[in-house]
Amino acid sequence: MLRDESKFAQGKIAFLQYLSVGIFLFIVGGYWNLQIRNEEIYSLKAERNRIKALPIPAPRGKILDRDKRVIVDNHSSFSVLLSLETLKEEHLRPIAEGLDLDYDEVIALLKSRRSRPRYLPITLKKELTPAEIAFVESHRDPDTYPELELIHTERRVYPSNGFAAHLIGYIGEVSEAELNQADFAKYQQGDLVGKTGIERQYNDLLTGQDGQRQVLVDNKGNERRVLGLKRAVPGQSIELTLDLDVQTVMELAMDGRRGGAVALDPRNGEVLAMVSRPGFDLTKLSSRERSKEWKEIFSNPEKPLLNRAIQAQLAPGSTFKPIVALAALEGGEITNDTSFSCGGGLNFFGRYFHCHNKKGHGATSLKRALAQSCDVYFYNVGNKIGIDQIAKYAEIAGFGARTGIDLPAEAEGTLPSSKWKIRALREKWYGGDTVSVSIGQGYLTATPIQLAHAIGGMVIGGIWHTPHLLRGDAPAKPARKVDLDLEHVRLVTDGMCEVVNGAGTAYGSRIPGIEMCGKTGTAQTASNEYQKAKNIRLKDNAWFVAFAPRVNPEIAVAVLFEEGEHGPMAGTIARDIVKAYFDKKTRKEVSQTQPSTVTASLPAAPAGAAN
Amino acid sequence: MLSFRTLRDVDWTLLILTLILCGIGVLQIYSATQSTSEADRWWKQVIYIFVGLFVFYLVSQIDYHTLVGQAPLMYVVFAGILVFLLILSRVVLGAKRWISLGAGFKLQPSEFMKLILILFVARYISELKTDSMSLRDLLKLCGLVLVPFILVGLQPDLGTALCYLPILGVGVLLAGLTRQQAMAIMIILLLIVPTGWFALKDYQKARITSFMDPASDPQGSGYQVMQSKIAVGSGGMWGLGVTRGMQIQLRFLPFAHTDFIFAAFAEEHGFVGVVAVLGLYFLLLMQILQNAQTAPDRAGTAICMGVGALMLFHVLENAGMVAGLMPVAGIPLPLMSYGGSSILSFFLMLGLVNNVRLRRFLQ
Repeated sequence: MLRDESKFAQGKIAFLQYLSVGIFLFIVGGYWNLQIRNEEIYSLKAERNRIKALPIPAPRGKILDRDKRVIVDNHSSFSVLLSLETLKEEHLRPIAEGLDLDYDEVIALLKSRRSRPRYLPITLKKELTPAEIAFVESHRDPDTYPELELIHTERRVYPSNGFAAHLIGYIGEVSEAELNQADFAKYQQGDLVGKTGIERQYNDLLTGQDGQRQVLVDNKGNERRVLGLKRAVPGQSIELTLDLDVQTVMELAMDGRRGGAVALDPRNGEVLAMVSRPGFDLTKLSSRERSKEWKEIFSNPEKPLLNRAIQAQLAPGSTFKPIVALAALEGGEITNDTSFSCGGGLNFFGRYFHCHNKKGHGATSLKRALAQSCDVYFYNVGNKIGIDQIAKYAEIAGFGARTGIDLPAEAEGTLPSSKWKIRALREKWYGGDTVSVSIGQGYLTATPIQLAHAIGGMVIGGIWHTPHLLRGDAPAKPARKVDLDLEHVRLVTDGMCEVVNGAGTAYGSRIPGIEMCGKTGTAQTASNEYQKAKNIRLKDNAWFVAFAPRVNPEIAVAVLFEEGEHGPMAGTIARDIVKAYFDKKTRKEVSQTQPSTVTASLPAAPAGAAN
Repeated sequence: MLSFRTLRDVDWTLLILTLILCGIGVLQIYSATQSTSEADRWWKQVIYIFVGLFVFYLVSQIDYHTLVGQAPLMYVVFAGILVFLLILSRVVLGAKRWISLGAGFKLQPSEFMKLILILFVARYISELKTDSMSLRDLLKLCGLVLVPFILVGLQPDLGTALCYLPILGVGVLLAGLTRQQAMAIMIILLLIVPTGWFALKDYQKARITSFMDPASDPQGSGYQVMQSKIAVGSGGMWGLGVTRGMQIQLRFLPFAHTDFIFAAFAEEHGFVGVVAVLGLYFLLLMQILQNAQTAPDRAGTAICMGVGALMLFHVLENAGMVAGLMPVAGIPLPLMSYGGSSILSFFLMLGLVNNVRLRRFLQ
């Protein structure tokens, strides 16, 4: 039995031995696969496990006025982040409830962030209230909602009540469409970018570089050590050419009206103020009630988002007359002595053209024609010089093209010419068209900034500086210089001076002590025939273009007061703006002289006090 | 009886290999638990090892034939305890797998059942008269193992219950099967496995599905496997060094000093360390099987082979689970994983092997 026994077991023991060898080889193979072949994959996964990257948002640059006064600032607030790596589906509902968010919106938000790398947390809510901060603080522990993270952010503070809203513009999350554009290539879903106005135009300057904090965390999400810190680089603050004093007056003067106004320095193109009405409140757009505010904006038929100062393309009416006058003078078709008789209207090409003064102005010289805005005089001039002569000088003055101001989406307006009509309408130019254009009607449209730019450039002797808002660097588009006969410019200027300071249409806009010159415009929004046919009476737009002083002008203003009916209505607005400019200048001169006398009268400080 | 026959007869190879593995285990427990609330585990383990050595000595002293003879009695007693525990857990909320011995020491009867089964199977084999058994004998053998298997499986502790199967396997192997019987077993197994699936608890099923695809549920049961694989994989060739394993120190690796101690070891000592330790286990196993060959009788061979198969199963399941090669089951790594019951039960088994060796020239 005994010998047999060991023999009987021999084969079975060997079987177990072979099985052992096989099993050990299998295990070693498995470890080889993990530790040698795929070491890098698992090392990377281990790193992902323990290294958490938290963004440090960079504050956006401030926006300052020309005196370095703050227009747009930032303020501290807290945002809550959601880490996708530790996110648990079932936590979303209680988190949404705790933060007073709509659950479906949270889901939608998560969906919209799919293409972001998973290790980057997403911002769940900004501008947390103290109660929400408390909620996050008390729930972000490992056992409740470890996916929550609280970070400090800088939020935009805008002036309230829509102050300079169009000009500043708003910021928002970069859209899918924008992400496909070259300018936004460096952004990711959820990043804030400027959408309109200065915020859009100088987005690259204003945007800082977000920093990042890399921390070593354990399985509970507790930070063990800071591995790396990349500080945030704040965005650059930019200084605008805007003057808050002038802007404030313009805002007040335009309040309750519809239209746009712009004031600029014709000597260098610096925009001093710009307003559009109706407006919108940037404060509300960045507040918690933003969706309500957006709804209101979009449902408003008056299109509050439109920056009328650069985007309203309307017939400039009589404010165009100085350009026609210059064209005629430069062409030699009229001189200072040329005079036309106005009988309240005149027939051209079989059609009767009214003068706004039905009684007629009688024999009218250029100066009187400008001062009283005699239409018949300009019908005759236009008819005499032809559309292409008008178009030539209007083009020199910048009509029919963007002025090149550093704001997005500037409108071009329309400068008609015989060629333009064939090209755009496939129709021959008629003499009657010229008659309309010579008083700033017909096919002609212009924006307020074009008008201020055109007149401003003309009255400083034929140099059109590109309007711009960013102070410092010269604008991208260089100034245009055209040799004008300064005598002709003086004649037109004198006429415009008479408008305000003589027997003109805007005598109500006179400012004692300042020779403000200007030109009223009362522009029809549709032709008389059209209005008659439709049996409606559309209100006229009131325009005013002004500059001051008469000699060496420093400021040019254009005001569009939609449905203001009479040019002089816009004139008073322009007057307030010009007055504000000179009031401030006087104040500055006084304050600049005074401190020196004060300093001089101070007793010399003791030497030790300097420390 | 209380002294070694001759000191030279002790299986020194077995003992030294065992102690080296225990030492590595203690180091790894220290490394995995340092600066945590469980930092005292390494010296507790040292105490268990010393107790284990004493048990090893005691078991070596009693002739294994006596133990084999007492096997039926011990079997009945421990089966009774298991039934009692099962009833208790049904009455009192919260299933318990152990009996408290006071002072924080707990006895896990299912661990000792392994040893008793090895002895009982050895007795059964030695009583067989023929080289191949009848179907009746086979069913008897299966019933012998399946009773505690079901009792422990119902606790529920499927991991420990599964450890009884290799013992059954050894029994069947030694008893000898006819070709028909082998076929019949295959067919029965094929029928049982699918039905067994429905008998599993949800968490047990999840363990198996997460073994197939750990990423499917990274926060649930797949989490352990995933973190374990990350720990193993990031160890690379040479490992990250003692106490430098990030997965361990930052607590991503669960149970780093108990069931997943081999993942912790693999992270800190790399593939080189893994091969070295697996090599030690292999040598230990070969030494056990060597003793099976030199055993004086069927009972001795059966004991050694039972211990060897159990050890092999433990290493396969634990080292395999940690590397994602096997489904998760709460089976400790022999000699290295922290735990008094596990250490004691393995020292007992190795003591039995030594016992067989001491008496190899008796007959």
